[in-house]
Amino acid sequence: MNKLNKFILLLLAIMFSSTSQAQEETMANTMRSNGKIYVVVAVLTTILVGLIAYLVRLDKKISKLEKE
Amino acid sequence: MRLTWWKLLSIILLLYAVIGGFLLPVPELTQLGETIRNLYFHVCMWFAMMILFTISVIHSIRYLNNRAIIHDIKAKEYASVGSFMGILGYLTGAIWASYTWADPNNPAYASLGSIMREPKLIGAALALLVYGAYFILRNSVTDIDQKARVSAVYNIFAYAMLFPTIWIIPRLLPSLHPGQEGNPALNFNDIDARMRMVFYPAVIGWTLLGAWITSLKIRLALIKDKKFSNE
Repeated sequence: MNKLNKFILLLLAIMFSSTSQAQEETMANTMRSNGKIYVVVAVLTTILVGLIAYLVRLDKKISKLEKE
Repeated sequence: MRLTWWKLLSIILLLYAVIGGFLLPVPELTQLGETIRNLYFHVCMWFAMMILFTISVIHSIRYLNNRAIIHDIKAKEYASVGSFMGILGYLTGAIWASYTWADPNNPAYASLGSIMREPKLIGAALALLVYGAYFILRNSVTDIDQKARVSAVYNIFAYAMLFPTIWIIPRLLPSLHPGQEGNPALNFNDIDARMRMVFYPAVIGWTLLGAWITSLKIRLALIKDKKFSNE
């Protein structure tokens, strides 16, 4: 249960941070420049961060199993 | 949780590879265009594969030396993550080639038939199939010690097969794939200095990511091993 809560908190944090960034005018301008390449960078970075977070969670779970 | 320095290094280098790989300047070449940035991703898969296979074969040799089952587990997991990265390298190469080598509207580009005959593609496919046979061999032997011994010997053969299939034969034959003379992306003369700034960190980052995934798989295999021996 505790883990699930943490995960939901993380998701909320990610969602909140992305919406707050979109509201800033300067950020919005950057995101729309250079053929919108920054959007691709943001998408790929999100995927990478998500994958790494997943890997870290797996690592934690395995560490817990090892202690048992 | 063991978030050691090399895992952090991998995260930092990969973020740098993605952000820098898209935003830092690259040389402008005809036909390639912006796709040259694939060097940071597609080529890194093959580098990571080669390094993981090398670690795998070292563990196989160590297994044959001291018959400790841990080396067999490590050899297997490094080979499996290495093959996975090889498959990713193959898939990304297929996407890249279909937009830079072939173009049905441009007769100057290669036809699909000539791409199918590319020695580098056939060689890489052969190498991956040889490793595919490694896993089939492993799963077809039930006795643990026999499995470990036979597959360790086969792994050395599979590693040796990498040299003709991906290093030697493709270089003897004409190919659209770059890197005909010398080592692609390692040669200081054919890779732009600006690209080296991202490429080498990217290679290290992707390799460390592969090693991270492998380490998790090894630990999981050890837990399973322990569970079976307790039962």
